[in-house]
Amino acid sequence: MLLVLFAIRREQEELAKRVTFIVTLIPLLIAVFLFINYDRSDSGHQFEENMMWIKAFNIHYHVGIDGLSVTLVLLTALLGPICVLASWKIEKGIKAYLALFLLLETGMIGFFCALDMFLFYVFFELTLLPMYFLIGVWGGPRREYAAIKFFLYTLFGSVLMLIAMIAVYLKGDTFDIPTLIELAKTPGHALAERTFQIWAFLGFFIGFAVKVPIFPFHTWLPDAHVEAPTAISVILAGILLKMGTYGLVRVNFAMLPEGMDFFCNGEGRWGNSLAILGFINIVYGSLCALAQTDFKKLVAYSSIGHMGFVLIGLAARNESGLTGAILQMFNHGVISAMLFLLVGVVYDRAHHREINGFGGLGSKMPIYTGITTLAFMASLGLPGLSGFVGEALSLLGAYSKFKVLTILSTAGIVIGAAYFLWTLQRVFLGELNPKYEAITEINGREIATLVPLGILTIVLGIWPSIAIDMFREAVSILPLVQ
Amino acid sequence: MPEFALTGLAFLVFTLDLFLPERSKEWLAGLSVLGLIGVGAIALLMLPGRNVELYGGLLAVDGFGLFFKVFFLAIGIGIIAIALEYGKARLQHRGEFYGLLLFSILGMNLMAMSRELLTAYIALELLSFSLYVLVAYGLREARSNEAGIKYIIIGALSSAVMLYGLSNIYAALGTTYFSGIAAALSSPATDNPVLWVGLALLIVGLGFKLSAVPFHMWAPDAYEGAPLPVTAYLAIGSKAAAFALTLRLLAEAVAPAGDRWADWQLVIAVLSAVTMLVGNLVALAQSNLKRLMAYSSIGHVGYTLAGIAVLGDDFALAAKAVIFYLVVYAITNLIVFAGLASYYNSTGKDNIADLAGLADRQPFTAAVLAIGLFSLAGLPIFAGFTAKFYLFAAVADGGFLWLAGVAIFSSLVSLYYYLQVLRQIYIEPAAPESGTEGDAAAEHGGGHHDAEPEQDSLPVPMLPRPSITLSATMGVGVLAVIWLGIYPAPLLAVIEFASSAILPMG
Repeated sequence: MLLVLFAIRREQEELAKRVTFIVTLIPLLIAVFLFINYDRSDSGHQFEENMMWIKAFNIHYHVGIDGLSVTLVLLTALLGPICVLASWKIEKGIKAYLALFLLLETGMIGFFCALDMFLFYVFFELTLLPMYFLIGVWGGPRREYAAIKFFLYTLFGSVLMLIAMIAVYLKGDTFDIPTLIELAKTPGHALAERTFQIWAFLGFFIGFAVKVPIFPFHTWLPDAHVEAPTAISVILAGILLKMGTYGLVRVNFAMLPEGMDFFCNGEGRWGNSLAILGFINIVYGSLCALAQTDFKKLVAYSSIGHMGFVLIGLAARNESGLTGAILQMFNHGVISAMLFLLVGVVYDRAHHREINGFGGLGSKMPIYTGITTLAFMASLGLPGLSGFVGEALSLLGAYSKFKVLTILSTAGIVIGAAYFLWTLQRVFLGELNPKYEAITEINGREIATLVPLGILTIVLGIWPSIAIDMFREAVSILPLVQ
Repeated sequence: MPEFALTGLAFLVFTLDLFLPERSKEWLAGLSVLGLIGVGAIALLMLPGRNVELYGGLLAVDGFGLFFKVFFLAIGIGIIAIALEYGKARLQHRGEFYGLLLFSILGMNLMAMSRELLTAYIALELLSFSLYVLVAYGLREARSNEAGIKYIIIGALSSAVMLYGLSNIYAALGTTYFSGIAAALSSPATDNPVLWVGLALLIVGLGFKLSAVPFHMWAPDAYEGAPLPVTAYLAIGSKAAAFALTLRLLAEAVAPAGDRWADWQLVIAVLSAVTMLVGNLVALAQSNLKRLMAYSSIGHVGYTLAGIAVLGDDFALAAKAVIFYLVVYAITNLIVFAGLASYYNSTGKDNIADLAGLADRQPFTAAVLAIGLFSLAGLPIFAGFTAKFYLFAAVADGGFLWLAGVAIFSSLVSLYYYLQVLRQIYIEPAAPESGTEGDAAAEHGGGHHDAEPEQDSLPVPMLPRPSITLSATMGVGVLAVIWLGIYPAPLLAVIEFASSAILPMG
């Protein structure tokens, strides 16, 4: 079910903010409805809509959700109102900002629901435009550089994806994703041919790899995150990165299994590629985070690290790996949203993000410290919180396929603990930095943005089945290799 | 016939121009617009469904011709809308301007209708001569005169080359009718070096008109020097007409010749690839808006040529894709140029850096420019993406996947320079400078740059809203761009009707 949110003409600023907040609650309500009414036992697509759009190319407006989509749609819908709340303090051009934000949300939800490749691509690109403006106009000092880098980098990836998409269309004669998935499995069909799948896989892979981001296509992320305003960083880390991994599962895995096999089966020159890349993401990302002194950049690099877990779980191609990967997608969305919101809190007050410039904030902002500790612990993978489950399942799945790499990847968890605990110590513990005698505690609005996420983190840590149930069936029909 | 009406209208405009005083010349613009609408109405009433040949096969009255007639008339109306305010402020002899415009539209119509090489040539010359004069219309500006001279010399050269090519083809084949050429090419007996030379020179001549690389050297200078409405007209009208001619020429005269055509397809494909790459790469270095648009349109010519390269008797999708691309390109460029004209009317500036802070000073124009440029770059939901996708898929389907790949990458490159413009508009702060033309808010401090470090505290000079005609043009254009991006089906249906006239296997 696709929700179409169009920017509304607005007059006054305060009114604009309130109206938008209410508008973003609508998809959330619908998402909750979906959550309740979703049939967990059905592995196919539900709530489908399918209309002819462009006849010449057999392009349909085909949307629907399955287990994988509904999880991510829920995440997007949840982050919508939260981000609007987080943007309450934006001064100039708030109307344009909110309009662009709604457009962005439309693009994201549409992307997760799209079942036609053309529609899929359109929504993928649709998110770029608002992001460019949101970063470029409302961002930090180096925002133009970051915005253009983000735009061109991502567009480069998606251009490769377009070529691969056209190639797939030429072979399969349709843009319909479920049909293409079926065709790709039929032996003897042009789409199922291994060499073709390998090349198509590469094209799509690079496109998604830029988004995830996967080393070495990750250099846009730290800049974009640091320069973007808080709420936009939240959306960027929470959802946009997941668009890349969702694409990897939906297209590369489901539609191009032979190609995936070539890069994940552990044999031959390229058989370990995806796992290696996942490993590099985890360890390299974490090491870079360790070296950061800018709070936001640290969180950005930790995001790169976490996406590595998704990748390595995906590379394993077995049930536990996939489940871990998808769960990690959702959990990381929630946790990194929390982290960026928390960075925003302290940035709003101190107007800088130097970790070494703080000190002993715990004595003045106890509630804030508490919430931050929760978020940090979740992110480093403390059992009992949601981050652990996703990471553990991914590594468990990957262990049976790539023993050495998995063992090495666990180093990433240790490094993660290192930088988070060290940051905790530098920022919150110890002597109060006299500059911040007058620092104010976290306020109601900010708490309102964090509490839902915190609750989710704890609940999913103890009872992950709520989430896993949603996509268990969808995972089972993927071309798993035990 | 509508062309007679159009000729009559043009003469009427010229005659009235002799009598009207200087300040009433704008009536002529209004008369032209009404006249164009009238001609369009005549065409739509008389012609649909007809498929006849006139003058013994020189001109064709068919769906293809009708479509392009209406298209060119609409372009004419759009250009007049842009030229209205600009002309009032900066041009002399405005009546003749409109008259020349009408004659050039006549030429374009005939180009779309001709089924014979010499008729095509004459129509092309009619268009070109009008354009030569129009380019040099900024009488007091050195740039305009220089542009005019360059354009005339290169234009004359290209016409001569083309004529020589035509004569060679005639010498080799004995006929200049498209259908005759097709028949003659199909039979192997006519394999003749003279024929190859003729076809090559014909392509060279057309390449000049299309500003394909390496025949594009005149374009940046002509675009930069010409008055803005004329630049718009060059970018939109003359290219569309030249493509219409090329489409019909290739579809009726050459494509039916099967494997002869296959050889030439590769030539056109290479030409297209080079055009795209050069156009987009050199655009990266530009600082003047009009030059940037010149190179950008060279890039677009490259994409369209790619579509032309895959034309074939059993493959009409390419023709539809090309026509769709031309329409979208025309509308999008129209709104971009309208936005630029509105800005130029208020400030007299046309460098990219001058656009700084437009988003604050004139948000409507800024938004229109943004939508237009994003559409040109090929971003989804805008018509530019749909058109590009359609075209590139057709190219890939026609067997030139590599060309589609090059095209897609060139698109990516083009985004960078469009973003540069957008960056100026939206992200750079407005320069706190002294009075722009027509600016109501006078700068404090006598027009010198303030030494204050805080630029935000200075008043940002708001630009006046664009004129009614410009706003209307931009508004309609933007709606069209978004509409066509999301729901192109009605337009595609009309194009189907047009292309089936020249390529029967619709």
